Amino acid sequence: MSSADWMALITTLKLSAVTTIVLLILGTPIAWWLARTKNKVSVVVEAVVALPLVLPPTVLGFYMLVALGPNGPIGGTLESLGLHHLAFTFTGLVLASTLYSLPFMVQPLKDAFAAVGDRMIEVAATLRARPWDRFFSVVVPLSRRGFLTAITLTFAHTVGEFGVVLMVGGNIPGETRVLSIAIYDHAEAMDYASAHLLAGGLLVASFLLLFTVYLLNRRYTVVHP
Amino acid sequence: MSIRARFKLDYANFSLDVDLDLPGRGVTALFGPSGSGKTTLLRAVAGLEHAPGGTLSVNGDVWQDAATFRPTHQRPLGYVFQEASLFPHLDVRANLEFGQKRVPQAQRRVSLDQAVAMLDIGHLLGRKPARLSGGERQRVSIARALATSPRLLLMDEPLAALDFALKQEILPYLERLHDELDIPVLYVSHAPDEVARLADHIVVMEGGRAVAAGPLTDTLARLDLPIRLGEDAGVVLDAVVAARDKEWHLAHMEFAGGRLWVRDHGLPVGHRARVRILARDVSLARAPTTGTSILNTLPAVVVNSVDDAHPALTLVKLRVGESPLLARLTRRSAHALELAPGRMVYVQIKAVALIG
Repeated sequence: MSSADWMALITTLKLSAVTTIVLLILGTPIAWWLARTKNKVSVVVEAVVALPLVLPPTVLGFYMLVALGPNGPIGGTLESLGLHHLAFTFTGLVLASTLYSLPFMVQPLKDAFAAVGDRMIEVAATLRARPWDRFFSVVVPLSRRGFLTAITLTFAHTVGEFGVVLMVGGNIPGETRVLSIAIYDHAEAMDYASAHLLAGGLLVASFLLLFTVYLLNRRYTVVHP
Repeated sequence: MSIRARFKLDYANFSLDVDLDLPGRGVTALFGPSGSGKTTLLRAVAGLEHAPGGTLSVNGDVWQDAATFRPTHQRPLGYVFQEASLFPHLDVRANLEFGQKRVPQAQRRVSLDQAVAMLDIGHLLGRKPARLSGGERQRVSIARALATSPRLLLMDEPLAALDFALKQEILPYLERLHDELDIPVLYVSHAPDEVARLADHIVVMEGGRAVAAGPLTDTLARLDLPIRLGEDAGVVLDAVVAARDKEWHLAHMEFAGGRLWVRDHGLPVGHRARVRILARDVSLARAPTTGTSILNTLPAVVVNSVDDAHPALTLVKLRVGESPLLARLTRRSAHALELAPGRMVYVQIKAVALIG
């Protein structure tokens, strides 16, 4: 594997890891709210969260590019503050990936939170646990399957993204050039050997990841209260 | 020592409106059919149901009033749900410790060992809830609530999800709590046998309102509002095994008013138990009768009487010593006996049920 490909691998892993962490922090409260609220607005939020599932990545990427670019609402604001806009940057890529992978974090978590139910939370309250305490000592452990699934899917989905990256990140080695782009480049250049190596590696690694998760999820048998 | 509770809650098709002054000790049963608001009341006491405008104080400690609403986790209570609701990801010991370790050291009055011993669950500590039987689970959940040293124990039909045999397994533990711990209990139930066995006080709920409240014996003997604990109106009396007749397999139960022969169930002399006497099993006579198969005949005074459901019948309240008794007879018999308040009669009791 060439050093450029190694660099692409590292960028990919870094992007996926950062995106997953950002989404874990961002997606958990959204999923919790969606699972618990009786507010009708939640349906709108749910639909918005699910949008990346059906939109072509290029559509999302295009809007992100416009928003993050020097004349967009986000990029423009940054420029006016004397900072740099975010098009074709790693940060821009993280923002776009976060949006793109949002449903993969939120939906499994929402289902898991909903399955915990009110009763366990009420029991914890009668046993003197404060709200945060109830969440971390009861809801999180009872939702571990959901967390495992959400984290894996988000990570794997970010590893596999192409369209959004191409639109927002471009192809800057060491900054925004990820594996999927590198494979595309190799295929374009008729370097099938390198393309095979990366594509095959990604295939095997993705399978192993998912296999492990499903194996673990089976071991954590569902326990109903 | 009392629990003052005033709640008004309006839902789409149900409203709760109660103003209660309950004793701050002993077991108070919230009794009534399903949908009568018992559980809603209990949840409001726990703060699980937000009842704005309600007031609640427990033995002088204000949990809720116009200015205060202590959330559930700040109310020193224990709550036992109908389903044991143990945390499935924790073993029995961790379930027990969950509540206890969140209670400040200075407020702990019931030790974990005490709670474990009282419910007899020492051999289960290492097990996960999924490996427990239904009865064991409920015992653990009761112990878990006790381990928080609650100032008020709330029990929401803790036996309703269990079959008859498991109920019989758990009832003695509940009686033990009653006898050994000085924690007031609000006990929601629609099961007459549980109420007859465990309650000292009763609040009868109907349609979101408390239609009667008071000491169990007196409340059950009310004529203005005959409360059926099960099939018929009747009284429940506290009694003690005074003697046992080995030859005839009978036990002599002493209550505030006299002694009654009941079938010997093996309870030792000195053991406290309750007896239930239904109105239909009591008949009256002007003089002590001889040559009868009835074992229990006691002198009594007529208090008053009311018409019963059928025009042929009347329900008579009597006093045997300090204990009330109900008798159902035909109006014709009542007339023949010239029953009137204050009249001395003899009650003949055909059947006495020993409970607990």
